[in-house]
Amino acid sequence: MYDLIIVGAGPAGITAAVYAARKKMDFLVLTGDIGGQAAWSGDIENYTGYQFISGPELAQKFEEHMRKYDIPVKEKEKVLEIRKLDKDILVKTFRGEYQSKTVIIASGKRSRELGVSGEKEFKNKGLTYCATCDGPLFAGKDVAIIGGGNSALDAALQLIKIARKVYIINNTLSLGGDLIMRQKVESAGNTVIKNNSQVRAVLGGKFVEKIKVVSQAKEEEIFVQGVFVEAGLIPNSGFIKDVEKNSRGEIKINSHNETNIPGIFAAGDVTDTPEKQIIIAAGEGSKASLGAFNYLSRN
Amino acid sequence: MSKNVKVYSTATCPWCVRVKQFLKDSNIVFEDFDVGANPEKADEMVKISGQMGVPVLDIEGEIIVGFDKERIKQLLGLQ
Repeated sequence: MYDLIIVGAGPAGITAAVYAARKKMDFLVLTGDIGGQAAWSGDIENYTGYQFISGPELAQKFEEHMRKYDIPVKEKEKVLEIRKLDKDILVKTFRGEYQSKTVIIASGKRSRELGVSGEKEFKNKGLTYCATCDGPLFAGKDVAIIGGGNSALDAALQLIKIARKVYIINNTLSLGGDLIMRQKVESAGNTVIKNNSQVRAVLGGKFVEKIKVVSQAKEEEIFVQGVFVEAGLIPNSGFIKDVEKNSRGEIKINSHNETNIPGIFAAGDVTDTPEKQIIIAAGEGSKASLGAFNYLSRN
Repeated sequence: MSKNVKVYSTATCPWCVRVKQFLKDSNIVFEDFDVGANPEKADEMVKISGQMGVPVLDIEGEIIVGFDKERIKQLLGLQ
Protein backbone atom coordinates (compact mmCIF):
# COMPACT_ATOMS: atom_id res chain seq x y z
CA MET A 1 0.00 0.00 0.00
CA TYR A 2 1.45 3.31 -1.14
CA ASP A 3 0.63 6.83 -0.02
CA LEU A 4 0.65 7.97 -3.63
CA ILE A 5 0.98 6.60 -7.16
CA ILE A 6 1.83 9.06 -9.93
CA VAL A 7 0.81 8.02 -13.42
CA GLY A 8 3.03 9.64 -16.06
CA ALA A 9 6.48 11.25 -16.03
CA GLY A 10 6.17 14.34 -18.16
CA PRO A 11 6.55 17.84 -16.68
CA ALA A 12 3.49 17.37 -14.42
CA GLY A 13 4.33 13.87 -13.18
CA ILE A 14 8.01 14.60 -12.60
CA THR A 15 7.27 17.79 -10.67
CA ALA A 16 4.68 15.94 -8.59
CA ALA A 17 7.33 13.29 -7.87
CA VAL A 18 9.91 15.86 -6.74
CA TYR A 19 7.39 17.42 -4.35
CA ALA A 20 6.28 14.01 -3.05
CA ALA A 21 9.91 13.02 -2.44
CA ARG A 22 10.51 16.20 -0.48
CA LYS A 23 7.44 15.44 1.63
CA LYS A 24 8.89 11.97 2.21
CA MET A 25 5.78 10.26 0.94
CA ASP A 26 5.87 6.53 0.22
CA PHE A 27 5.15 6.58 -3.49
CA LEU A 28 5.71 5.15 -6.93
CA VAL A 29 5.80 6.53 -10.48
CA LEU A 30 4.29 4.41 -13.27
CA THR A 31 4.94 5.64 -16.77
CA GLY A 32 5.42 4.71 -20.39
CA ASP A 33 8.28 7.12 -21.01
CA ILE A 34 10.13 9.96 -19.33
CA GLY A 35 9.72 13.53 -20.42
CA GLY A 36 6.35 13.16 -22.12
CA GLN A 37 5.52 15.61 -24.86
CA ALA A 38 8.26 17.96 -23.63
CA ALA A 39 10.83 15.48 -24.92
CA TRP A 40 9.31 15.82 -28.39
CA SER A 41 9.19 19.59 -28.42
CA GLY A 42 11.47 21.66 -30.57
CA ASP A 43 12.84 24.91 -29.19
CA ILE A 44 11.45 26.17 -25.89
CA GLU A 45 11.79 29.87 -25.11
CA ASN A 46 9.11 30.33 -22.46
CA TYR A 47 10.18 28.14 -19.55
CA THR A 48 11.28 30.62 -16.90
CA GLY A 49 14.97 30.42 -16.13
CA TYR A 50 15.85 29.15 -19.58
CA GLN A 51 15.90 31.79 -22.27
CA PHE A 52 16.42 29.03 -24.77
CA ILE A 53 16.44 25.27 -24.36
CA SER A 54 15.46 22.37 -26.60
CA GLY A 55 12.70 19.96 -25.59
CA PRO A 56 14.99 16.96 -25.13
CA GLU A 57 17.40 18.99 -23.00
CA LEU A 58 14.67 20.31 -20.73
CA ALA A 59 13.25 16.78 -20.41
CA GLN A 60 16.74 15.57 -19.52
CA LYS A 61 16.99 18.25 -16.81
CA PHE A 62 13.60 17.22 -15.42
CA GLU A 63 14.74 13.62 -15.29
CA GLU A 64 18.02 14.51 -13.57
CA HIS A 65 16.12 16.51 -10.99
CA MET A 66 13.81 13.56 -10.29
CA ARG A 67 16.71 11.07 -10.15
CA LYS A 68 18.41 13.21 -7.52
CA TYR A 69 15.91 11.68 -5.12
CA ASP A 70 15.53 8.00 -4.53
CA ILE A 71 12.27 7.68 -6.41
CA PRO A 72 11.04 4.31 -7.67
CA VAL A 73 10.14 4.90 -11.32
CA LYS A 74 8.69 2.03 -13.33
CA GLU A 75 9.17 2.81 -17.00
CA LYS A 76 7.29 1.17 -19.86
CA GLU A 77 4.56 0.32 -17.40
CA LYS A 78 1.32 1.15 -19.14
CA VAL A 79 -1.66 1.65 -16.85
CA LEU A 80 -4.74 -0.28 -17.89
CA GLU A 81 -7.24 0.68 -15.21
CA ILE A 82 -7.66 2.92 -12.18
CA ARG A 83 -10.59 2.27 -9.87
CA LYS A 84 -11.58 3.47 -6.42
CA LEU A 85 -12.22 0.65 -3.98
CA ASP A 86 -13.99 1.23 -0.64
CA LYS A 87 -11.26 3.47 0.66
CA ASP A 88 -8.17 2.91 -1.40
CA ILE A 89 -7.41 3.11 -5.08
CA LEU A 90 -6.54 0.21 -7.34
CA VAL A 91 -4.07 0.77 -10.20
CA LYS A 92 -3.81 -2.06 -12.71
CA THR A 93 -1.01 -2.22 -15.24
CA PHE A 94 -0.19 -4.95 -17.72
CA ARG A 95 2.45 -6.14 -15.26
CA GLY A 96 0.46 -6.18 -12.06
CA GLU A 97 -1.75 -4.43 -9.55
CA TYR A 98 -0.96 -1.76 -7.00
CA GLN A 99 -2.96 -0.14 -4.23
CA SER A 100 -2.55 3.37 -3.02
CA LYS A 101 -4.29 5.90 -0.80
CA THR A 102 -4.01 8.62 -3.45
CA VAL A 103 -3.29 8.81 -7.17
CA ILE A 104 -2.18 11.66 -9.42
CA ILE A 105 -3.04 11.17 -13.07
CA ALA A 106 -0.47 13.06 -15.16
CA SER A 107 -0.61 10.94 -18.30
CA GLY A 108 -0.68 13.80 -20.79
CA LYS A 109 -1.78 13.68 -24.39
CA ARG A 110 -0.86 11.76 -27.51
CA SER A 111 -1.22 12.32 -31.26
CA ARG A 112 -4.66 11.65 -32.61
CA GLU A 113 -4.74 8.79 -35.06
CA LEU A 114 -6.70 9.00 -38.30
CA GLY A 115 -8.33 5.60 -37.98
CA VAL A 116 -8.05 4.83 -41.70
CA SER A 117 -6.86 1.69 -43.40
CA GLY A 118 -3.12 1.52 -43.93
CA GLU A 119 -2.36 3.86 -41.04
CA LYS A 120 -0.94 1.19 -38.72
CA GLU A 121 0.64 -0.81 -41.51
CA PHE A 122 2.64 2.13 -42.87
CA LYS A 123 3.65 3.70 -39.57
CA ASN A 124 7.35 4.51 -39.91
CA LYS A 125 7.14 3.26 -43.48
CA GLY A 126 6.38 6.68 -44.84
CA LEU A 127 3.69 7.58 -42.32
CA THR A 128 4.81 9.48 -39.24
CA TYR A 129 3.42 11.44 -36.31
CA CYS A 130 6.64 13.38 -35.76
CA ALA A 131 7.49 15.83 -38.51
CA THR A 132 10.31 17.22 -36.37
CA CYS A 133 11.94 13.79 -36.23
CA ASP A 134 11.38 12.28 -39.62
CA GLY A 135 10.84 15.33 -41.85
CA PRO A 136 14.43 15.49 -43.16
CA LEU A 137 14.10 11.98 -44.63
CA PHE A 138 11.62 13.32 -47.17
CA ALA A 139 13.87 15.85 -48.88
CA GLY A 140 13.00 16.08 -52.57
CA LYS A 141 9.91 13.89 -52.18
CA ASP A 142 6.19 14.51 -52.43
CA VAL A 143 4.43 14.47 -49.07
CA ALA A 144 0.99 14.98 -47.57
CA ILE A 145 0.21 16.58 -44.23
CA ILE A 146 -3.07 15.53 -42.68
CA GLY A 147 -4.57 18.28 -40.55
CA GLY A 148 -5.22 21.99 -40.67
CA GLY A 149 -4.29 23.50 -37.31
CA ASN A 150 -1.08 24.88 -35.88
CA SER A 151 0.68 21.53 -35.66
CA ALA A 152 -0.09 20.87 -39.34
CA LEU A 153 1.18 24.34 -40.28
CA ASP A 154 4.29 23.80 -38.21
CA ALA A 155 5.00 20.57 -40.09
CA ALA A 156 4.25 22.33 -43.40
CA LEU A 157 6.73 25.11 -42.64
CA GLN A 158 9.46 22.52 -42.12
CA LEU A 159 8.55 20.50 -45.18
CA ILE A 160 8.05 23.26 -47.76
CA LYS A 161 11.75 23.98 -47.43
CA ILE A 162 12.89 20.47 -48.29
CA ALA A 163 10.12 18.45 -49.96
CA ARG A 164 9.22 18.73 -53.64
CA LYS A 165 5.50 19.10 -53.26
CA VAL A 166 3.50 19.43 -50.03
CA TYR A 167 -0.18 18.54 -50.01
CA ILE A 168 -2.20 19.67 -47.02
CA ILE A 169 -5.32 17.59 -46.50
CA ASN A 170 -7.63 19.57 -44.24
CA ASN A 171 -11.11 18.41 -43.32
CA THR A 172 -12.53 21.86 -42.58
CA LEU A 173 -13.47 24.63 -45.02
CA SER A 174 -10.26 26.59 -44.52
CA LEU A 175 -6.98 26.24 -42.65
CA GLY A 176 -6.98 27.18 -38.99
CA GLY A 177 -3.95 28.10 -36.90
CA ASP A 178 -2.00 31.32 -36.66
CA LEU A 179 -2.33 33.78 -39.52
CA ILE A 180 1.43 34.37 -39.87
CA MET A 181 2.11 30.66 -40.33
CA ARG A 182 -0.86 30.23 -42.66
CA GLN A 183 0.30 33.02 -44.93
CA LYS A 184 3.78 31.54 -45.17
CA VAL A 185 2.40 28.13 -46.05
CA GLU A 186 -0.13 29.49 -48.56
CA SER A 187 2.43 31.63 -50.33
CA ALA A 188 5.04 28.87 -50.69
CA GLY A 189 5.31 27.78 -54.32
CA ASN A 190 5.15 24.06 -53.65
CA THR A 191 2.00 23.66 -51.56
CA VAL A 192 -1.35 22.26 -52.64
CA ILE A 193 -4.04 22.89 -50.04
CA LYS A 194 -7.07 20.65 -50.16
CA ASN A 195 -9.78 21.92 -47.85
CA ASN A 196 -12.97 20.06 -47.01
CA SER A 197 -11.11 16.84 -47.73
CA GLN A 198 -10.71 13.56 -45.91
CA VAL A 199 -8.13 10.84 -46.16
CA ARG A 200 -9.77 7.46 -46.65
CA ALA A 201 -6.76 5.17 -46.95
CA VAL A 202 -3.00 5.02 -47.05
CA LEU A 203 -1.76 2.69 -49.77
CA GLY A 204 1.51 1.27 -50.96
CA GLY A 205 3.74 -1.77 -51.13
CA LYS A 206 6.59 -1.93 -48.68
CA PHE A 207 6.39 1.82 -48.17
CA VAL A 208 3.75 4.51 -48.69
CA GLU A 209 3.00 5.17 -52.36
CA LYS A 210 -0.27 7.07 -52.34
CA ILE A 211 -3.28 8.19 -50.34
CA LYS A 212 -6.95 8.02 -51.20
CA VAL A 213 -8.66 11.34 -50.55
CA VAL A 214 -12.27 12.42 -50.79
CA SER A 215 -12.61 16.12 -51.67
CA GLN A 216 -16.08 17.55 -51.95
CA ALA A 217 -17.61 14.15 -52.64
CA LYS A 218 -15.02 13.34 -55.31
CA GLU A 219 -12.53 10.58 -54.70
CA GLU A 220 -8.97 10.86 -55.92
CA GLU A 221 -5.58 9.29 -55.40
CA ILE A 222 -2.58 11.43 -54.59
CA PHE A 223 0.89 10.00 -55.07
CA VAL A 224 3.10 10.76 -52.08
CA GLN A 225 5.99 9.01 -50.35
CA GLY A 226 5.40 10.65 -47.02
CA VAL A 227 2.29 11.09 -44.86
CA PHE A 228 2.52 13.36 -41.81
CA VAL A 229 -0.38 12.95 -39.43
CA GLU A 230 -0.94 16.23 -37.58
CA ALA A 231 -4.55 15.86 -36.58
CA GLY A 232 -4.22 17.21 -33.06
CA LEU A 233 -3.86 15.60 -29.66
CA ILE A 234 -6.09 13.47 -27.44
CA PRO A 235 -5.80 12.98 -23.66
CA ASN A 236 -4.55 9.67 -22.29
CA SER A 237 -7.54 9.26 -20.02
CA GLY A 238 -9.11 6.04 -21.31
CA PHE A 239 -7.89 3.89 -18.41
CA ILE A 240 -10.10 5.64 -15.90
CA LYS A 241 -13.82 5.39 -16.40
CA ASP A 242 -15.30 6.84 -13.23
CA VAL A 243 -13.87 10.36 -13.18
CA GLU A 244 -15.72 13.23 -14.78
CA LYS A 245 -14.34 14.35 -18.12
CA ASN A 246 -15.26 17.11 -20.55
CA SER A 247 -16.37 16.55 -24.15
CA ARG A 248 -12.73 16.32 -25.27
CA GLY A 249 -12.01 13.52 -22.79
CA GLU A 250 -9.95 15.76 -20.51
CA ILE A 251 -10.28 15.01 -16.80
CA LYS A 252 -12.18 17.70 -14.93
CA ILE A 253 -10.35 19.12 -11.92
CA ASN A 254 -10.94 21.94 -9.46
CA SER A 255 -8.40 24.56 -8.45
CA HIS A 256 -6.84 22.04 -6.03
CA ASN A 257 -6.38 19.47 -8.82
CA GLU A 258 -9.01 17.23 -7.27
CA THR A 259 -11.20 15.12 -9.53
CA ASN A 260 -14.74 14.18 -8.49
CA ILE A 261 -13.34 11.05 -6.79
CA PRO A 262 -11.77 11.70 -3.36
CA GLY A 263 -8.08 10.76 -3.39
CA ILE A 264 -7.73 10.92 -7.17
CA PHE A 265 -5.98 14.02 -8.43
CA ALA A 266 -4.94 15.00 -11.95
CA ALA A 267 -2.45 17.44 -13.43
CA GLY A 268 -1.13 18.71 -16.74
CA ASP A 269 -2.33 18.21 -20.30
CA VAL A 270 -4.64 15.30 -19.43
CA THR A 271 -6.84 17.74 -17.48
CA ASP A 272 -9.29 20.46 -18.50
CA THR A 273 -6.90 23.17 -17.28
CA PRO A 274 -6.97 25.96 -19.82
CA GLU A 275 -3.74 26.34 -21.79
CA LYS A 276 -1.36 23.47 -22.32
CA GLN A 277 2.16 24.60 -21.55
CA ILE A 278 5.17 22.88 -20.01
CA ILE A 279 5.41 25.44 -17.25
CA ILE A 280 1.71 25.14 -16.47
CA ALA A 281 1.91 21.34 -16.37
CA ALA A 282 4.87 21.54 -13.98
CA GLY A 283 3.04 23.98 -11.70
CA GLU A 284 -0.09 21.84 -11.73
CA GLY A 285 2.00 18.80 -10.85
CA SER A 286 3.30 20.53 -7.73
CA LYS A 287 -0.25 21.57 -6.74
CA ALA A 288 -1.53 18.04 -7.18
CA SER A 289 1.29 16.61 -5.08
CA LEU A 290 0.69 19.06 -2.24
CA GLY A 291 -3.03 18.35 -2.56
CA ALA A 292 -2.41 14.62 -2.17
CA PHE A 293 -0.18 15.28 0.83
CA ASN A 294 -2.88 17.37 2.51
CA TYR A 295 -5.49 14.73 1.71
CA LEU A 296 -3.37 12.09 3.45
CA SER A 297 -2.97 14.20 6.56
CA ARG A 298 -6.74 14.78 6.70
CA ASN A 299 -7.75 11.15 6.10
CA MET B 1 37.43 -4.35 -27.74
CA SER B 2 34.94 -1.59 -28.35
CA LYS B 3 31.97 -2.46 -30.52
CA ASN B 4 31.18 -0.99 -33.89
CA VAL B 5 28.25 1.38 -33.28
CA LYS B 6 26.49 3.44 -35.95
CA VAL B 7 23.71 5.95 -35.34
CA TYR B 8 21.41 7.09 -38.15
CA SER B 9 19.71 10.30 -37.09
CA THR B 10 18.33 13.66 -38.14
CA ALA B 11 19.48 16.98 -36.73
CA THR B 12 16.02 17.80 -35.42
CA CYS B 13 14.80 14.57 -33.85
CA PRO B 14 14.54 14.78 -30.04
CA TRP B 15 15.13 11.05 -29.48
CA CYS B 16 18.23 11.15 -31.68
CA VAL B 17 19.66 13.83 -29.40
CA ARG B 18 18.90 11.70 -26.36
CA VAL B 19 20.26 8.47 -27.75
CA LYS B 20 23.51 10.17 -28.72
CA GLN B 21 23.79 11.86 -25.32
CA PHE B 22 23.23 8.47 -23.70
CA LEU B 23 26.04 6.90 -25.76
CA LYS B 24 28.38 9.80 -24.96
CA ASP B 25 27.58 9.58 -21.25
CA SER B 26 28.33 5.85 -21.42
CA ASN B 27 31.68 6.54 -23.13
CA ILE B 28 30.67 4.67 -26.27
CA VAL B 29 32.41 5.69 -29.49
CA PHE B 30 30.00 5.79 -32.43
CA GLU B 31 29.67 6.93 -36.03
CA ASP B 32 26.85 9.42 -36.56
CA PHE B 33 25.10 9.72 -39.94
CA ASP B 34 22.74 12.64 -40.56
CA VAL B 35 20.23 10.98 -42.89
CA GLY B 36 18.62 14.35 -43.59
CA ALA B 37 21.81 15.60 -45.21
CA ASN B 38 23.07 12.30 -46.60
CA PRO B 39 20.61 10.55 -48.96
CA GLU B 40 22.92 7.55 -49.43
CA LYS B 41 22.94 6.87 -45.71
CA ALA B 42 19.18 7.47 -45.61
CA ASP B 43 18.73 4.69 -48.18
CA GLU B 44 21.08 2.47 -46.22
CA MET B 45 19.10 3.05 -43.04
CA VAL B 46 15.80 2.20 -44.76
CA LYS B 47 17.38 -0.93 -46.21
CA ILE B 48 18.81 -2.28 -42.96
CA SER B 49 15.84 -1.38 -40.75
CA GLY B 50 12.98 -1.84 -43.23
CA GLN B 51 11.42 1.42 -42.05
CA MET B 52 11.87 5.20 -42.12
CA GLY B 53 11.76 6.31 -38.49
CA VAL B 54 14.80 7.72 -36.70
CA PRO B 55 16.92 7.08 -34.71
CA VAL B 56 18.25 3.74 -35.92
CA LEU B 57 21.25 2.09 -34.26
CA ASP B 58 23.47 -0.54 -35.78
CA ILE B 59 25.46 -2.32 -33.08
CA GLU B 60 27.65 -4.94 -34.72
CA GLY B 61 24.90 -5.66 -37.24
CA GLU B 62 22.07 -5.73 -34.68
CA ILE B 63 19.49 -3.13 -35.68
CA ILE B 64 17.59 -1.12 -33.09
CA VAL B 65 14.82 1.27 -34.08
CA GLY B 66 14.17 4.08 -31.60
CA PHE B 67 15.77 4.82 -28.25
CA ASP B 68 15.36 1.36 -26.75
CA LYS B 69 17.61 1.96 -23.77
CA GLU B 70 17.37 -1.56 -22.35
CA ARG B 71 18.30 -3.26 -25.61
CA ILE B 72 21.15 -0.84 -26.24
CA LYS B 73 22.51 -1.47 -22.74
CA GLN B 74 22.23 -5.20 -23.26
CA LEU B 75 24.00 -5.19 -26.63
CA LEU B 76 26.78 -2.94 -25.33
CA GLY B 77 27.11 -4.79 -22.04
CA LEU B 78 26.36 -1.67 -19.99
CA GLN B 79 25.12 -1.64 -16.41
